[in-house]
Amino acid sequence: MAAVPSNAAPTTPRYSPVVKTSVGFVAAAAVCLAFADISITTLDPWLEMKRMAWGAVTPDFGAVAGLGMVVLRTIAFALCGVALGAVAGFLLSQIFHLGPVRWMCASVRAIHELFWALIFLQMLGLSPLTGVLAIAIPYAGICAKVYAETLEEAQLPALRTLPKGTGILSAFFFARLPDVWVHIKNYTSYRFECGLRSSAVLGFIGLPTLGFHLETAFSEGNYSEAAALMILFYLLIATLRYWMRPKLVGFYVLIAPFLLGSGAAINMSNIVRFLTVDIVPAPLREGGLLAGQTWRNLGDWSGTLLMDQALPGMVATLLLTQIALVVTGVLALALFPLISEKFFGPVVRTLGHVFLVVLRSTPEFILAYVFLQLWGPSMLPAIVALSLHNGAIIGHLVGRFSDEVRLRPDSPRGINLYGFEIVPRVYGQFLAFLFYRWEVIMRETAILGILGIATLGFFVDSALADIRLDRAMFLIAVMVVFNVAVDSLSRYIRGRLHLSTRAGQA
Amino acid sequence: MPSRITLLLCSALWLLLLGGVSPHAFADTFVFTAIPDEDEARLRQRFDKVAAYLSRELGVESKYIPVKSYAAAVTAFRNDQVQLAWFGGLSGVRARTLVPGAEAIAQGYEDQAFLTYFIAHASTGLKSSQTFPKDLAGKTFTFGSKGSTSGRLMPEFYVRQNFMKAPDDVFTKVGFSGNHAKTIALVQSGAYQVGAVNFKAWENALQSGKIDLAKVSIIWTTPPYPDYQWTIRGDVDKRWKTGFKQRVTDVLLNMKDPDLLASFPRKSFIPAKNADYQPILDVAKQIKLID
Repeated sequence: MAAVPSNAAPTTPRYSPVVKTSVGFVAAAAVCLAFADISITTLDPWLEMKRMAWGAVTPDFGAVAGLGMVVLRTIAFALCGVALGAVAGFLLSQIFHLGPVRWMCASVRAIHELFWALIFLQMLGLSPLTGVLAIAIPYAGICAKVYAETLEEAQLPALRTLPKGTGILSAFFFARLPDVWVHIKNYTSYRFECGLRSSAVLGFIGLPTLGFHLETAFSEGNYSEAAALMILFYLLIATLRYWMRPKLVGFYVLIAPFLLGSGAAINMSNIVRFLTVDIVPAPLREGGLLAGQTWRNLGDWSGTLLMDQALPGMVATLLLTQIALVVTGVLALALFPLISEKFFGPVVRTLGHVFLVVLRSTPEFILAYVFLQLWGPSMLPAIVALSLHNGAIIGHLVGRFSDEVRLRPDSPRGINLYGFEIVPRVYGQFLAFLFYRWEVIMRETAILGILGIATLGFFVDSALADIRLDRAMFLIAVMVVFNVAVDSLSRYIRGRLHLSTRAGQA
Repeated sequence: MPSRITLLLCSALWLLLLGGVSPHAFADTFVFTAIPDEDEARLRQRFDKVAAYLSRELGVESKYIPVKSYAAAVTAFRNDQVQLAWFGGLSGVRARTLVPGAEAIAQGYEDQAFLTYFIAHASTGLKSSQTFPKDLAGKTFTFGSKGSTSGRLMPEFYVRQNFMKAPDDVFTKVGFSGNHAKTIALVQSGAYQVGAVNFKAWENALQSGKIDLAKVSIIWTTPPYPDYQWTIRGDVDKRWKTGFKQRVTDVLLNMKDPDLLASFPRKSFIPAKNADYQPILDVAKQIKLID
């Protein structure tokens, strides 16, 4: 043990910026909690919970007619969406250094797939293209960012050995790409797993995927049917690596478009009407562009929307996000030992893996939906859903990271090992994952508004229900600005704390 | 390897795009939808039977497509992806405002004088009353769908009229259950203390034994208003042949199969016209659901 240096006895303890940041976030969440409504309003939640539990152990695979086709469609939508998004994202990553491209990518990924689908429903109706684009567009924005970061951070020794005068294309394909290809491939396959979740969730608003039947089954209380659908979905994700072979990807993508099913025909005039009439703010549509009154009306219109809907929506979104972020962190720290070699043997670790896979594979939208049915409307179902889903994801990543920590032979065991060795060593990485997830949690918080929690998404959903597409687009624009701001803040904090930025998988 | 996969991806996606934009899906099928006001299984059962009836009587293949929200039904109608719809009063008014030439052609006998029941959980102690129950204030309250006539428009109108305040300021919590079956379930479970529900959906649920009157009961009934109707697009005569609209109208009005009528549930269908729904439009404008 080193002797305590004589000058290290300050009267007030000094904490590292990492600790200060953590304490700050926990304090902020505590303040948010004071303003959040987290009551359980159902008088007898146990009755419904018992029925759900019974459904979970008596899955009924015969209840959904044409179940095989439903599963195939769910895969097909994910494949088409992710393929299109990945290709577009890859092309965009090549020009990602351009400011406008970066901003465009940040904006499109700030809008959740469900909202993209609701927008495309207005233009294309229930056509397969609606679902494909709803996945492809935000994924293009996400992939562009991650691919660009990967390319940027690569060491690229091969590139330096190239002779002078090598063409740009040759340099790219023979030196740059091979170096990062594995990363890009891994990330894209992770995106595909996300794509499956997105595809399933799109069913909740009417596309012919698993979610369509899940929504029906849950809302009508057919829990055996819901259980069958969920089990199929878990199997789909758990077996991913057995059927998603690199060599077969091309083949899959080639046939996927034919499995999307036929939808309604697409009419150009609907698209034109949406873009040139529907989304133009009502005051501009109704008044002359040169009249002063029109612009005063527009001011009132946007002022009212901002004050009555955007602002309360943002406050609720922020409260929910901050609470869910901290609970997610706590859960992740509690869950990661389950899959860590440092703490448990193979049996517990296997069970831990299954547990975490189930938690992170269940889309937060579905979790929130279930908890809302159980506990009634408040922020509680949303907090629990967001934290379980995201906590399992981060717990998984931290658990894997903890396996790489090297311990001294005389290191402590059990709770001391956890508290004094492992957690301090993985904490930086854990925070990096968590801050990456911040923006994602906020985006997910917004869509939970569709379920009735008064976040920004609630007001977007209301505007869409009233077929007031101008208001919906205005609120979506507010949401984009809000999300991009949080993303920038998260990047700033990560930079200040010197946290690794290679956490794209989180 | 990467470039080959990219090439495959590109070609596949081009196929997809071309396939997606080709305009001949359902070219001659007469497609209709309905607002999802009740359990989907029940709707499917009902409207698949209606589709079979229409196909048989019209001699044109007819198909029902289920949607997940009231707005989706209106949008599908507006975008000509369905040509006929079983709308509520409010969704019908919206659809006909958005699609010039669209017409209300038939309504249920009961839809001339439709009602909304305000229902309350037994623990609230609220009792059935002839006059509007002012002691609703301070309770938790759930509407049905945001776009529903009987579950949103009319109850909100009467709440505003009696309290001179928005529902958010009258109740401690305001929710939108999504449909009438869920409204009943939520009030019965106590998740909300009070709710507003379509009287036909209530009768339906009562008959199928889904209501426990010891837990939830009717406390007030709104004055009557016009509600559900079949609305058809104006351009169907051009797409099929002249007189098609009239034939659809006749076929709907002649629906006599007691099973089919009971599934709605309606006694019979009678003629309707756009003007019948002027009161709905007026109320919607008054509470600013329509500009």
